[in-house]
Amino acid sequence: MSPLIFYPVAAAAVLSALAVVTARSPVRSAMALVATLVSLAACFAMLQAHLVAALQIIVYAGAVMVLFLFVIMLLNLQDDPPETGRAGLRFGAGGVAVVLAGGFAKVLWEHSAGDGAVLAESFGTTKVVARSLFSDYLVPFELTSVLLLVAVVGAVVLARRDDAPGQD
Amino acid sequence: MQGFIDSLLATTTTGLSRELAYLGGMIGFGALVVFGFILPMAGITSWLERRVWAKIQSRVGPNRVGPGGFLQWLADGLKNLLKEDVIPEAADPTLFRLAPYIVVAGFVAAFVAIPFAGSLIIADLNIGILYISAVTSLVVVGILMAGWSSNNRWSMLGGIRSASQIISYEIPAGLSVFPVVLLSGTLSMQGIIENQGWAPVDWHMFHSPFTLAAFLMSYIALLAEGNRTPFDLPEAESELVAGFATEYSGMRSLLFFLAEWGNLYVIGAIMATLFMGGWQVPAFTDNVVLLTVAQFGMFFAKTYFWVFVAMWIRATLPRVRVDQLMSLCWKYMVPIAMVNMFGTALVMVVIPEGSRLMSYALCGLMLFGLVRFGRRVNYHLKRSRRYDTVGAIMPV
Repeated sequence: MSPLIFYPVAAAAVLSALAVVTARSPVRSAMALVATLVSLAACFAMLQAHLVAALQIIVYAGAVMVLFLFVIMLLNLQDDPPETGRAGLRFGAGGVAVVLAGGFAKVLWEHSAGDGAVLAESFGTTKVVARSLFSDYLVPFELTSVLLLVAVVGAVVLARRDDAPGQD
Repeated sequence: MQGFIDSLLATTTTGLSRELAYLGGMIGFGALVVFGFILPMAGITSWLERRVWAKIQSRVGPNRVGPGGFLQWLADGLKNLLKEDVIPEAADPTLFRLAPYIVVAGFVAAFVAIPFAGSLIIADLNIGILYISAVTSLVVVGILMAGWSSNNRWSMLGGIRSASQIISYEIPAGLSVFPVVLLSGTLSMQGIIENQGWAPVDWHMFHSPFTLAAFLMSYIALLAEGNRTPFDLPEAESELVAGFATEYSGMRSLLFFLAEWGNLYVIGAIMATLFMGGWQVPAFTDNVVLLTVAQFGMFFAKTYFWVFVAMWIRATLPRVRVDQLMSLCWKYMVPIAMVNMFGTALVMVVIPEGSRLMSYALCGLMLFGLVRFGRRVNYHLKRSRRYDTVGAIMPV
């Protein structure tokens, strides 16, 4: 992995992730999240996981985030006033952040960078990913699809109006 | 690319300076491709589109700058570059400035994986077609950004319409790719082309009735994804002024249109690659250069055929309504695309070798349809010419 590409991309990912939480306007925040996802996809691509990178962009940046933006725009959310958020929430979030940072620091401290794993020629190709997805991880994969089905059924139940006049 | 730079560098350069040379080489090459090929091509497509419409609508079209008005696109570009760049006071300045670049980046990035000839491709990615649909789906983010940051009702409505349309039509477009992926067993663009032959019988579109249907679905869905007529609701002039581009002026506004014309080429290239054999030509010579030129010409011709069809449709068809747009996608195209996918899989299981007879029959059917259509067009052309010579509308 070329450091010349990795460092700018990683910096972009971190900075845009910061912008997600610091931006006042919900739309700007969502746009920053799109930037984070795209930078992460670039990181995946540099780690030879091309399929995951493409899926990250198609599913998250291209579809999920667009729906997010859609909802924000339709609801016409206003900018957050600066004094929202209770003190308890702030302390809670701060505590979680400290614990997470401590965890990362410990991992970085204990594991210095090694030579890196040697990858097989076919690593990250669609065929290899599909083979493990449909053999070793078939049950979790199918369970995920059941979860999605539940979400779809739930959306239909919520969106249906029984009193609507009979059209189509 | 890496090898080429390696050959330029001394063997002693290592580490960071070598990486820098790679990066510089890639950026330089990218700039060369964008400014030397993609942008002029999008510009020339704009001139071609205006001339084709003019012909269809019995007008003259732009014919002043250069031979036949060919340099009109350069004049337009220059004019727009020199125009004042207005940013509305109520707009969100950062996002407003950024949006056109995201849209352009989305379509330019697709060219990385387009196979112009057997050896003429920037990167034959393992995930080729998936990569193209990923980067083109980024365009919608730019469009939404433009629509929202303009702080204008029309822009916002245009942006929202565009987002819902592109997201919806991505599903039939994606499902129509699957039959081809099943047939060729790879996502790589070159792999898909190599699985087909130069003769129309060997093209993926004539493999079975299902792939033929997938081919038609694919074109319709790609037109809708590219915001082309009859699906150009996001910029419906009579309702939304210019949709998401309403507040843009000068070069920024031109960038949106550049992306639209450039996107036409991408649509054509996808159709040619997936269903029409791409650059495949009969092996008539051993000369690699000559063969590459022929392949490039073949690919270009197939691609521009679809670009021309899109122009033709835009000049002749009216726009659909929003509810028609959505019901077409969800009630018809998604189920049909699904049937195509399973149907192709079924055909592959029942006749693993593929049926030549079926391919020939489908080819013949297509030829028959084209001939009938051509005769009809010819008849109408003749009729309209008769009116022209008389100079007034009178019954003949």
